[in-house]
Amino acid sequence: MTSDAMTRAGIQRQIKLPNSEAVKIAVRSIKIRFWRSLITTAGIVLAIAFLTYVMVSGAIQTFVIPEDAIEPVGLTAQQQATRIWLIAISLLVCVVGISNAMLMSVTERYREIGTMKCLGALDWFVVKLFLIEAAFQGLIGSAVGALTGFIAAILVGLTAHGLLLFPSMPWGRAFSHVLIALVVGCLLAVVGAVYPARRAGKMPPADAMRTEI
Amino acid sequence: MVDTLTEIRHEYAVKTMNVVKEYIMGKQTLRALKGVSIEIRAGEYISIMGPSGSGKSTLFNMIGGLDKPSSGKVYIDEVDISGLDAFELAWLRCRKIGYIFQTFNLIPVMTALENVTLPMIFAGMTTQDALDKGAELLSLVGLGDRIRHKPLELSGGQQQRVACARALANDPAIILADEPTGNLDLKTGHEIIELLRHLNKEKGVTIISATHDLKMLDASDRIIWIRDGLVDKIEARADLDIGVGTLQGEEV
Ligand SMILES: Nc1ncnc2c1ncn2[C@@H]1O[C@H](COP(=O)(O)OP(=O)(O)OP(=O)(O)O)[C@@H](O)[C@H]1O
Ligand SMILES: [Mg+2]
Repeated sequence: MTSDAMTRAGIQRQIKLPNSEAVKIAVRSIKIRFWRSLITTAGIVLAIAFLTYVMVSGAIQTFVIPEDAIEPVGLTAQQQATRIWLIAISLLVCVVGISNAMLMSVTERYREIGTMKCLGALDWFVVKLFLIEAAFQGLIGSAVGALTGFIAAILVGLTAHGLLLFPSMPWGRAFSHVLIALVVGCLLAVVGAVYPARRAGKMPPADAMRTEI
Repeated sequence: MVDTLTEIRHEYAVKTMNVVKEYIMGKQTLRALKGVSIEIRAGEYISIMGPSGSGKSTLFNMIGGLDKPSSGKVYIDEVDISGLDAFELAWLRCRKIGYIFQTFNLIPVMTALENVTLPMIFAGMTTQDALDKGAELLSLVGLGDRIRHKPLELSGGQQQRVACARALANDPAIILADEPTGNLDLKTGHEIIELLRHLNKEKGVTIISATHDLKMLDASDRIIWIRDGLVDKIEARADLDIGVGTLQGEEV
């Protein structure tokens, strides 16, 4: 039967989920599962705090002039390599931690997803809801994490350099690191949520509702 | 709008032809439905009865477009639903069919009102209209004073009534109910049955309900008995009156 004939038979195709509603639903899911979301978000906070700390303290080491020198000492090649390693590892921790948290929050809500699909939700709505949720958690988590990492790096810098830290502190660079960490946090949260959200979206409603967690 | 066209009443609200459903588990194949053909006219109140494991829920999922049959066809309003794309299927679930489940399946993070309005939002209704209609439906099921409660703050019977209100959200032509009274006590179960009966009589909604509940028989026009994945027999209520009478006598 052609699509046209079907329309005549009374089947149409228009189904909506306005963005404002999607955001409302996602925000509410986060709020309601506050402690649960806090754990997910804590993973993001830790990873991003670590990332920010490594980047900012690297900047401090590279640019701040120690008391007994007239020029910054800079990083040795080996320190540079270690730093890159640390960054790579903290990113990996981010991806694994966030995908795991997202996978959990999707699987524990299969029944809810199945129900939404019975009410007419398209696969895409489910994906959208989870991605918005992940983006919010990513934003909040990485904001807190970046702030924590930044403060930690400054404190450690202060113990090493004393107040001399401030005159030669590369503020611009440090802030750009914070910004990078923020973006990375949000991106990773969304990327980590794509796979579980899509898997949940594709399930036939009958299967989704049968799953008991 | 095309909407007027949807008002056309087709003779058969639901038709299945030789529906087979196989579940493959490792090397074993379980035939949950072995070729079920039924015809349900628009406006009928149908009970699907059968022992546990006979395939009632499976059939329910096939009719509701919640799962695909392994073979055979399901027609809703004379349209073969295997030919529908994802959008049309979502539209069907949203606008044409209302679902009620044994386990209520309300969304736990939403209030009663939000649960009821969700399908209307999917259907494209504005938020205000949806809220108004949601409140109206909740008073219809006798929960006008509970609209801001979360499911867990409501009793089982109240949750099931919210689920009924939600099933009615987009004025569906068909309500599918899988053991709607399964988790309720006698009296509350009776209220739900009354409600369904009322909707059937007043609004002409086709009701298809899988059940163990003998009280249900009294409300239904026809009973489809399923046994072992096959239709065992189909009875009109008229043929059944005496049986139900005695059954009810025992109950009271
Ligand atoms: N997803 C599945 N995977 C494997 N087997 C299944 C699945 N769903 C149902 N079955 C099997 O299909 C048969 C029919 O199950 P169904 O749930 O339809 O029974 P039912 O008549 O609804 O029973 P009840 O009255 O207990 O709800 C059962 O043997 C069941 O084990
Ligand atoms: Mg069942």
